[in-house]
Amino acid sequence: MKLVTNGATMRFGGLVAVSALNLEVDKSEIVGLIGPNGAGKTTAFNMITGVYEPTEGRVVFEGRDITGTKPHRITEAGIARTFQNIRLFSTMSVLENVLVGSTVREKANWINSVLGTPGYRRNAKEAREFAMELLADTGLADNAGEQATSLPYGKQRRLEIARALASRPSLLLLDEPAAGMNPQESIELMEFIHQIRERFDLSILLIEHHMQVVMGVCSRMYVLDYGVMIAHGTPGEIRRDPKVIEAYLGVD
Amino acid sequence: MDLATFLQQLANAASLGSLYSLIAIGYTMVYGILRLINFAHGDVFMLGGYFAFYLVGSAFMPWWVALIVAIALSAIFGICLERVAYRPLRDSPRISLMISAIGASFLIENLCVVLFSGRPKSFPSIPLLDTVVNFGSVSVLSVSLIIPVITAIMLVVLLFVVHKTKTGMAMRAVATDVEAARLMAIDVNWVISITFGIGSALAGLGGIMWAAKYPQLNPLMGIMPGLKCFIAAVIGGIGDIGGAVLGGFLLGFIEIMVAAFLPQLTGYRDAFSFVLLILVLLLKPAGLLGKRLSVKV
Amino acid sequence: MKTRDTLLTLIALAVFVLLLGLADRTMGNYAMRILNLSAIYIVLALSLNLVNGFTGLFSLGCAGFMAVGAYVSALLTMSPDAKEMNFFLEPLTPWLQHLTLPFGIALIAGGVCAAIAGLIIGIPVLRLKDDYLAIATLGFGEIIRVIITNYQGLTNGAQGLKSIPKYSTTWVVWGVALLTILFMSRLVRSSYGRQLKAVRDDEIAAEAMGVNVFRVKVASFTISSFMAGVGGAMLGHMITTIDPKMFSFMLTFNILLIVVLGGNGSISGSVIASIGVTVLMEAMRFLDEPLNFLFVKTDGLPGLRMVVFSALLMIVVLFRQRGLMGDRELSWERLAKAGLLPRSKKGGLA
Repeated sequence: MKLVTNGATMRFGGLVAVSALNLEVDKSEIVGLIGPNGAGKTTAFNMITGVYEPTEGRVVFEGRDITGTKPHRITEAGIARTFQNIRLFSTMSVLENVLVGSTVREKANWINSVLGTPGYRRNAKEAREFAMELLADTGLADNAGEQATSLPYGKQRRLEIARALASRPSLLLLDEPAAGMNPQESIELMEFIHQIRERFDLSILLIEHHMQVVMGVCSRMYVLDYGVMIAHGTPGEIRRDPKVIEAYLGVD
Repeated sequence: MDLATFLQQLANAASLGSLYSLIAIGYTMVYGILRLINFAHGDVFMLGGYFAFYLVGSAFMPWWVALIVAIALSAIFGICLERVAYRPLRDSPRISLMISAIGASFLIENLCVVLFSGRPKSFPSIPLLDTVVNFGSVSVLSVSLIIPVITAIMLVVLLFVVHKTKTGMAMRAVATDVEAARLMAIDVNWVISITFGIGSALAGLGGIMWAAKYPQLNPLMGIMPGLKCFIAAVIGGIGDIGGAVLGGFLLGFIEIMVAAFLPQLTGYRDAFSFVLLILVLLLKPAGLLGKRLSVKV
Repeated sequence: MKTRDTLLTLIALAVFVLLLGLADRTMGNYAMRILNLSAIYIVLALSLNLVNGFTGLFSLGCAGFMAVGAYVSALLTMSPDAKEMNFFLEPLTPWLQHLTLPFGIALIAGGVCAAIAGLIIGIPVLRLKDDYLAIATLGFGEIIRVIITNYQGLTNGAQGLKSIPKYSTTWVVWGVALLTILFMSRLVRSSYGRQLKAVRDDEIAAEAMGVNVFRVKVASFTISSFMAGVGGAMLGHMITTIDPKMFSFMLTFNILLIVVLGGNGSISGSVIASIGVTVLMEAMRFLDEPLNFLFVKTDGLPGLRMVVFSALLMIVVLFRQRGLMGDRELSWERLAKAGLLPRSKKGGLA
């Protein structure tokens, strides 16, 4: 088991955003997390990535208890994420955005950065080469020097993924990566997700609102509604589950 | 320390505290709506004193009319300040707003130094405010008794306005979510102007009371009280009017009591408010009565 | 084009050093003083720019750290006689009384003490957001000032310190300024610099990408405090007297003005603005003095100078928030684009 959450619960005052979530993501799986708006999907991500400390329950990754660990340590441990509302670094270029992703592997501090030690230079070079590779993979190589926020929406989403990949994660959390895309773009994105799974030997946990899009790419899915997991299984099983249909009404 | 001295200090604390509260209310209202620390608020306080000085001194009108006009002028000034220095930056990063506020504050102060000269002026004597009242061996200036009363009245009136009138509801709506308020056809600009107007009127009133109590005016007199009152607002819970009053009283109380009981620390008097502020920010950032705001990730 | 850039930079540096030497010999004391003051302001502006412009932390405690640096270095370089003359109300703490160290060490000690103060203040305070951080740092600046004013036995209280040895020569201040510029440019362009900017742009995303946001903030704040301390120390050794009133919020405001004018997030902007504002401040001194020019005779209007500067700040922040350079840098590339330099044969830019 790569990632396991055990009874993870998130309470904000009197409001229970997520209740007793038990989910698992295994090596090389692509698992979906779906549900209507406000179901608690992003909150679940936030619990896993350390943005929130779960009020109850545990999060275990590769055998280590990471409940409540700070986000940057979680990235160090090998989990990376993207955001529902794109959070790119607005004053930096496309390349620089991706390079920030390599921070956790580069071990740069202010001293070796300013002095330009051989160790620093080597790491920086590697990071840069890897970043350019990632940009090539995501079709952004030509935009490397442009300001990140000047890219069209679809490219910005891909940039976020490239940036997340720069930290060499073993588990990638994607929060609605297809939001705002037309059907054709969504299909391309899903193919892309397949590719990077192969290429980088990743496990992927995917939040998606577009049912059709997610059915084609996930091997398993969890359905959340009002913070509670109401169903879990293969896409085929989910599609036929009456509780899911009720919660969703099957509408995209 | 005997009872008489203690009561004396208590009276001082109450009047200082209510002065601080009046000014703190203005800060808290503006912050609640705009998330802006109006650095220039302390200078409106100072201007209130100067407006009153010139109007009362000019003897064109009875003193009580002069005071009312001075308060009105303070309110108008506050509204203009918002228009000029803050409105154009409504959509800019908060840092720009803050820089503008600091710049405005310095501009006003130095302009007043140029116009009114840096030398302190004596506030004209107003019988109603200047009479010394005696309770046994405790003596206070009448203004020191009037201030808490006015503050209490203002508090009640404001709470009524904010919670029971449509305008107040509009203010609370804008304070919670500007965009949504706009969509509900609330004239956000007007609400903000009103907020500034009320806050500045109170600051001006505070300035007049202050000038009557410590009868000296100088252009830089608003800096320290301004800062302290912002601290009072934060301590009480920024955005909450009751909190501002609580914070103001608390601060005034602590200042007087420390000066009375620990005279050797008098030199550090100004630092107290800051120490208190930092403690509150670290231990209970929302303030004593405040609510926690969370960020959506 | 890296080699071209480095070559051009070295040439520019050589030219600058030459001009500086020339100026030192030919220009009068008054003019040199203004020039050297700008060097000190460059260091101070860069220190503020590091936290505000590059890391996005609105800190207003600059003056406090300057005070720490100034007092520490002054106390370490003043002769025992000078100290005795100064501390007539209350004698100086014994172990400091006879301690006199070379300027270099005192300067660094001043910076280090300011850095320690920055660390102590930063750790609790950097958890706060935006405006709260601003007020808290402002508060700490004031607290430092109040402590200095009251701690008679260490700082001579409100009397301040006089007869500080005049160690801030042209070469010292400009040497430090150039070193600071070098340090900042290397830092900002490096991987670590990227971390700073990421924290500035979006803390949450930065943390998610593996940046230890809190540690970065503390480091930036501490380094900035060190620089402010060194700047304050150099200032003390230039004007030879310091007192707590000097290190008020007004001083922080002046530096903030320079940073905003030059562009919050631009090193070259801070450099240009430091020189510009320092010169302007001096040039405008006449506004405060009585004017007797042709038929125009006015009594001095003290405060008019600050009115002009406050107005200037407001105009910049209202109409051109980004200041002179925004967050861009002056670079050889830009000059080439502007036609001020011959383009390289290869055409195009690096």
